[in-house]
Amino acid sequence: MLSLYQPGTSPVHRCPAWVKLLAMLVLGTAAFFLTDLRVLGAGLAVVIGAYAVARIPIAAAWKLLRGVLVMLVIVVLAQGLLGDWPTAAQVGIRLLLVIGLANLITLTTTQTAIVDTVERIATPLRVFGVRPDRIGLLIALVFRFIPVIATEAARVREAHEARGVRPGLSYLAPLVIRTLRMADGLGEALEVRGVGEDDPPRRRGARVRG
Amino acid sequence: MIELRRVSFAYPQRPVLTEVSAVLAEQRIGIVGGNGSGKSTLARLINGLVRPTGGQVLVDGLDTHRDLKQVRRRVGFVFQDPDLQIVMPTVAEDLAFSLRPRKLPADQVRQRVEQTLAAYGLQEHADHPAHLLSGGQKQLLALAAVLITEPAIMVLDEPTTLLDLRNRRAVMRVVAGLPQQVVLVTHDLDVLADFDRVLVIDEGRIVADDTPGPALAAYRRLAEV
Amino acid sequence: MRPKDIALIALFTALMCVLGLTPRIQLPLLPAPFTAQTLGVILAGGILGARRGFASMALFVLLVAIGAPVLVGGVGGLGMILGPTGGFIIAYPFGALVTGLLIERWWPKLNYLTAFLAGFIGGALVLYVIGQPWLITVSAKVSLADGWWSWIVYLPGDLIKTAIAAGIIVTVKKAYPLITPRRTDATPAAA
Repeated sequence: MLSLYQPGTSPVHRCPAWVKLLAMLVLGTAAFFLTDLRVLGAGLAVVIGAYAVARIPIAAAWKLLRGVLVMLVIVVLAQGLLGDWPTAAQVGIRLLLVIGLANLITLTTTQTAIVDTVERIATPLRVFGVRPDRIGLLIALVFRFIPVIATEAARVREAHEARGVRPGLSYLAPLVIRTLRMADGLGEALEVRGVGEDDPPRRRGARVRG
Repeated sequence: MIELRRVSFAYPQRPVLTEVSAVLAEQRIGIVGGNGSGKSTLARLINGLVRPTGGQVLVDGLDTHRDLKQVRRRVGFVFQDPDLQIVMPTVAEDLAFSLRPRKLPADQVRQRVEQTLAAYGLQEHADHPAHLLSGGQKQLLALAAVLITEPAIMVLDEPTTLLDLRNRRAVMRVVAGLPQQVVLVTHDLDVLADFDRVLVIDEGRIVADDTPGPALAAYRRLAEV
Repeated sequence: MRPKDIALIALFTALMCVLGLTPRIQLPLLPAPFTAQTLGVILAGGILGARRGFASMALFVLLVAIGAPVLVGGVGGLGMILGPTGGFIIAYPFGALVTGLLIERWWPKLNYLTAFLAGFIGGALVLYVIGQPWLITVSAKVSLADGWWSWIVYLPGDLIKTAIAAGIIVTVKKAYPLITPRRTDATPAAA
């Protein structure tokens, strides 16, 4: 399964997902109101300590951090050049702290645990017609079909190259159409396997099959 | 028992089936017809995937319009493309997914999943991503994912069309051994030889309805015109 | 939501993830190469329509949040969303929503130009409006007025990606239309 989760049994791993998410919300918000460099630095040290406790391999932590690093450097430089350097340091440490914390949750929490928590948090959204129990199904479907569509994409590109079309973005429209066609078959398969059978009935005749 | 009473189905501009009537009570029923003849629509009518725009479809007396949920529990459906029928990332998860609407306790689900894995030789693949299975294994999984719900009737719409010869045989072996009533839509005329009854569909009507010998002969004549 | 809608939403999101894995393409006039994933927001709204487009992009953001490495470069996680460019990611569903609403309204007479306009408003302007203040105020402490015009650097890239997306939307409308037009005279008054 596509996941950045690093298996482990540390206290950080065992901590329930909702506690970790709540901690991030509280600490993340607090960090935006803190201006004292020493306090922010101490916070960052605590987060780094938590990585050590969770025994996260440095390579895994770096891979995630690298994704935001370029933007982080740009923001800090812009702040320093347009404003002043102490504030730039403040901004840099604050971002590292918040992002480091968020990444730690990503690295130590299974997707299933997060999805369960999200479904529970989303329960009040039922009022707006959102079906929280569908969230897990949708996520599973995406994971199931990423390799299928990746194979499809390779096929379309091959077909283009076989006909001497230069590689570029010309394969996109046919790939999109193939993906949409797949939805007919998948929709039927979901229907016969009981998805939607508990939905409130629609008006007769409101449904036109396409 | 499946009963079609003057069943029609049409898209806004295009009729697909016109006043088809039949009582299907035999154990093994084949449906053949050219592309676009309406045979796939006929198969879909049986479990309510398509609801008739005229007439009535009854499965053991249940109407596909009125009693859709009960009809679906009675009639299992297998499609052509194995890839699109597997909806969960791993094999065991996909089998368990079929049982979700039944709201069974977790240990019962696990037990039935294990039995089904064993029955179709998929044990060693239980936790494998479905994506890594061969085409034939995928279609066996799709078949198993329907059979785990223990339907009374199995409708299969060209289940072997996308498979190679070896996998066709593997899937047809499973189909042949099913205790259920089977309705099979296929282009593979050989497998229909020992069926009880074959319907030939052309331009939205049943044009032949007989034992396999005469029915398939009629179908072959149709193709020669 | 019909099963078909669930299928469309999930498959489009999977497509969005696959586009993040495609090779980067260097286009003329652009300082940085880009991948096809940046087109996803416009395509979601323009092809699936407002409701399903929003749902599909919301699902994508959720995948990022739960730590699926689906963003370009194989990254993901809550850190990406809370980071400096997180506002742009959060804006994806809203961008798709706006593009979808405009496309639905213009559907019967949709052409390349209207598709381009709908794509640019949803896929570029909405993203700036949500992403820029986030980038400037939430992460840095530059005043909004000072930092605002930095979005100009994205403009050439956004024009090119919108041009490509508009072409795909028009092609798909012909080959496989999914959207039901939104009538301008609104829904019949409730009794």
